[in-house]
Amino acid sequence: MFGRLNLEAFHQDVIEQGADLMMVLGAIFIVALLTYCKRWTWLWKEWLTSLDPKRIGVMYIVVSMVMLVKGFIDALMLRAQQMISVGDSHGYLTSSHFQQIFTAHGTTMIFFVAMGLLFGLLNFLIPLQIGARDVAFPFVNAVSFWLFAVGAMLVLISLAIGKFSATGWVSYPPLSELQYSPGVGVDYWLWSVQVSGVGSLISGINFFVTILKMRAPGMTLMKMPMLTWTTLATAVLIIFAFQVLTATLTMLSFDRLIGTHFFTSDFGGNPMMYINLIWAWGHPEVYILVLPAFGIFSEVVPVFSQKRLFGYASMVWATVAITLLSFGVWLHHFFTMGAGPNANSFFGIMTMLIAVPTGVKIFNWLFTMLQGRVIFKTPMIWFLGFIFAFTTGGMTGVLMSIPSVDFQMHNSLFLIAHFHSTIIGGVVFGFFAGLTYWFPKIFGFTLHERLGKWAAWCWILGFFIAFFPLYVLGMMGATRRLDHYETAAGWQPLFVVAAFGALLIAIGVGFQVLQLIISIKQRKENRDATGDPWNGRTLEWSTSSPPPEYNFAHIPEVKERDAFWAMKQAHQTHNTGKYEDIHVPKNSPLGFFVGIFAFCLSFGTIWYMWWLAAVGMIGIIVCVTIRLCDDDVERVMSAHEVQHIETARTRA
Amino acid sequence: MQKKRKIAFYLLLILGVLLVVGLVLLLCMQSGQIAMLNPKGMIAAKQRGLLIMASWLMLIVVIPVFIMTVVFARKYRASNRESKYRPDWDQSLSAEIVWFGVPFVIIAVLSVLVWRSSHHLDPFRPIDTGVQPLTIQVVALQWKWLFIYPEQGIATVNFVQFPEKTPINFHITSDAPMNSFWIPQLGGQIYAMAGMDTQLHLIADEEGEFRGSSSNLSGKGFAGMRFKAIAVSDAAFEAWVDEVRGEGEMLDLETYQELAEPSEDNPPAVYRLGKNDLYDWIVMKYKMPM
Repeated sequence: MFGRLNLEAFHQDVIEQGADLMMVLGAIFIVALLTYCKRWTWLWKEWLTSLDPKRIGVMYIVVSMVMLVKGFIDALMLRAQQMISVGDSHGYLTSSHFQQIFTAHGTTMIFFVAMGLLFGLLNFLIPLQIGARDVAFPFVNAVSFWLFAVGAMLVLISLAIGKFSATGWVSYPPLSELQYSPGVGVDYWLWSVQVSGVGSLISGINFFVTILKMRAPGMTLMKMPMLTWTTLATAVLIIFAFQVLTATLTMLSFDRLIGTHFFTSDFGGNPMMYINLIWAWGHPEVYILVLPAFGIFSEVVPVFSQKRLFGYASMVWATVAITLLSFGVWLHHFFTMGAGPNANSFFGIMTMLIAVPTGVKIFNWLFTMLQGRVIFKTPMIWFLGFIFAFTTGGMTGVLMSIPSVDFQMHNSLFLIAHFHSTIIGGVVFGFFAGLTYWFPKIFGFTLHERLGKWAAWCWILGFFIAFFPLYVLGMMGATRRLDHYETAAGWQPLFVVAAFGALLIAIGVGFQVLQLIISIKQRKENRDATGDPWNGRTLEWSTSSPPPEYNFAHIPEVKERDAFWAMKQAHQTHNTGKYEDIHVPKNSPLGFFVGIFAFCLSFGTIWYMWWLAAVGMIGIIVCVTIRLCDDDVERVMSAHEVQHIETARTRA
Repeated sequence: MQKKRKIAFYLLLILGVLLVVGLVLLLCMQSGQIAMLNPKGMIAAKQRGLLIMASWLMLIVVIPVFIMTVVFARKYRASNRESKYRPDWDQSLSAEIVWFGVPFVIIAVLSVLVWRSSHHLDPFRPIDTGVQPLTIQVVALQWKWLFIYPEQGIATVNFVQFPEKTPINFHITSDAPMNSFWIPQLGGQIYAMAGMDTQLHLIADEEGEFRGSSSNLSGKGFAGMRFKAIAVSDAAFEAWVDEVRGEGEMLDLETYQELAEPSEDNPPAVYRLGKNDLYDWIVMKYKMPM
C-alpha cells in the first residue's frame, strides 16, 4: 500500500525538524488567515482557477519568493558549515546532510527561483508589451504553472518525508544511479525537475506562439520592445533545450526504476553520455535565464536615462547570436573528461565568441546612459551592481573557457564564484530591477524607494564580499562541495569573510521584506493612478495599473519602436471612445487538478506506491481530455461592462 | 532627512572600503598559499602563465567598461543640468565598430592561444625532458586514492611519492563514482571514470609536499578524498621503493576487494603489488558482462 514509505522516512534530524515545524506552522497560519478573512472562495475564483496570465504571473512570483527564502537559508547553512568545519571540528552538519543542502540549494535556485521569476514576469508583461489581451494558450499556461508549483512542493516535502538528493544539482551518474544512491533522494530530484521542466517546455511553446502571432497591428519584429525580443530568443532556447532535459531525465529514471543501463558504468551504460546530454540542456539554460534579464535592463536603462535604447539593431542581432552560439558550447563544462585538444579548442573558442555579443550589449547600455538624464531609482542601482558583478563573471568565464586554464579551475570554488557572478549579478539583479520597475504595474502602487536602495546596496556589497574570497579559495585549490577541510590548507579566514558577505546579503533580504511590508502599509500614498509612474516607453505603461483583465480596451496600433513614447510625443491615445465586446478565457479548475494528479504521479513513483502513480497518470489524461472536449472556454465581457471599467479608471 | 541619508551612505561606503582593504591585506598575508600562483611544476607554471596573459588581455575591455560606468553615471545624472542631453541619439556606427571590433580581435588572439596551449598542454601528451618517465596508475575508490607503481611493484593509498624533475605518466581510472584527479601546484586535472583510462602528465621541478584532491563529488566521504603528493630526490625515491618492497603488505585481488569497500578518511598506507595487472583488471571489469 505505501511502497517503500514507512515510519523511518519521517525520521529527521533536529535541523530538518525545525524546518518542518516552520513549514507546518506557516501552512496553518495561511489556512487560518484565509478562513478568518473568509477568503477561500476569493482564492479559488480569483487565483487558483484563473487563466489570466497576469494572475498566473503573480502566482509564479509568489512561489518563487517563498523558494528564494528557502534556497537562501540553504546558502547560509552551507556558508556556516564551511566556516567552522576545519581540522578537528566537523561542523554541525553530517556530510550527507551537507550534500543534500547544496543539491537542494542549486535545484531550488535555478528551477524554482530563477525560472519562476522569469515566467512570472514574462506572463505578466509579454501580452502587455505586444499589445495583446492574452497569451496564445491560456489553459496550457495554467498547467505550466501548476507543474512548476508541484516541482517546488516536492522539494519542500523532501524536507519532511525522506531525504533529498545528495548528488549535486545536475546529478551525474554513476553516483546518481541506484547502485550508489539507493534512497529516494535522487528520485525526489528527478521528479521535481522533470515535472517543472515539462511545465517550462510547454510555456516556451506558449510564449513563442504568443509573440509571433499576437502582436498588435503594426508591431513588426524590429519594432518589438527588447524584452519581447529576448523572450522570443529564450522561448526558442527552451523549445530546443528542455526536450533534451526531459529525455535525459527519463532515461535516468528508467535506469533507476526498471533496470535499464543507459548511464551505468557497467553493462554497456555510458555515464559520459549523460554528462554531455545534461549540459546540452544546461548551457542553453543559463542563457534562458540571463537573456530576459538582459531584456529587463534594456527596458530599465532607457526609461531611467530618459533616452532611446542605444543600438537597438545590434542588440537584436547580439541576442540572436547568443541564442545560436549557446547550443555549441556545452563541452566547456567538462574539458577535463579528456575529449582531446581538438574538441576542447573548438568548444573553448566557441565559448569565447559569446563574450563578443554579450560585451556589445554592455556597451550599448552604457551608451544609452551617455548624454541622457539618468535618474538613479532603485532599478538603476541594480543595474550598476549588475555591470560590475556580471562583467567580472564574464571575464572569469572567458578565462575558464581556455581549456588549459580550466584544467586548474574546474570544479574549484573559482568556478562557483564565476557562475554566481553571472547568475546573481546577471539574472537575480536583473529580476530584482524588473520587479521594482514593474511592481506598480502589477500591484498598482510603487515600492518604498529608500528601503529598496538599502536592499540593493547590501546585496551588491554582500555579493562581492561573499564571492570574491571564493575566487581566491579556488586558486588555493579549494574544490566545491567540501563539508570539511584540514587546517593546514589555510582556507578558513577566507571562508569567514565569505560567510560575512552572505550575512550582508541576508540583511539585504531583510530590507526587501521590510520594503514590501512598508510599501503595502503605505499603498494609499504610493498609488499609481496614471498607469505610467516612470514615464515609460512601451505599451504596458499605456494601460491602467493594475491593468484590467482584458489589458487594453482598444488594441493599440503601433507605428514606431517605443510605441507608447511615440504616442505621448504625438499626444495620441489609442482610445477611440467606442467600446466593443471582449472575449476573455473562462476560469478553469482543470489546471489545478492536473497539478494535483501530477503530484500523485510523482510522489507515487518516488515511493513506489504504484496505485497512487496510476491514479495520477489517469487523472492527468482525464483532465486534459475533458478540457479538449470543452468548446465553451470563453466568456464575453460586454462593451457596456468594458466602458464601465474604463470610465471608472479614467475618472480615478 | 537629507543629512541622515548622506551619513548612512558614507557609513556604507566606509564599511565597503574597510572590507576591501581587509580582503587585500588577507590576500597579501596568504599569497604564498595560493597554489595556482605558486606552481612547483612545469605544467602548472605554464598554466599560470596562460591565466595571467589572458587576464591582461581581458582587462583591455573590462577596465574601460568599469571606468565608463562610473564616469557616465556621475556625469549624466539627472541633477547635472550642464551635461549634454540628446534623448533621440541612439546610433553611432564608429562606436559599434569599436566595440564589435576590439573584443573580436582580443578573442581572435585568445583563440590562437587556446589552440596552441590545448595541444601543447594536452594532459594526454607525454612530457619530453630526456629523463626516463615514471608510470603511476591511479584508482579512485570509495573514498580514497590507490596509487599503483607497476614498474616498481608497489602501491600506496592516499599519498603518492615520486622523484623530482622526472616526468610522471599518471594513468587514471575509478572503481567508484566519477572523481577528478587534481594536484594544483603541479597542474591539473582529469576525470577518473570507471571503465575508462585517462592520462595526466605532470612533473615536479623541485622537492616538496603538495596537496592533491578529488574535485568531483563522489558521495558521502568525498571531502576526505585528499592526498599528499611528495616529490623527493632520485636516491630517496629508490630507497623508499626498496623499503616498501621489503615491508609492505601484499596487495592481491583479495586485499584489493577489501580495500575497495567504502571507507572514509583512510590513513596513508603502502603495499607490495601482488597482482601486476591489477589496474587493467579494474578497468576491464566494467567492460565485460559480469
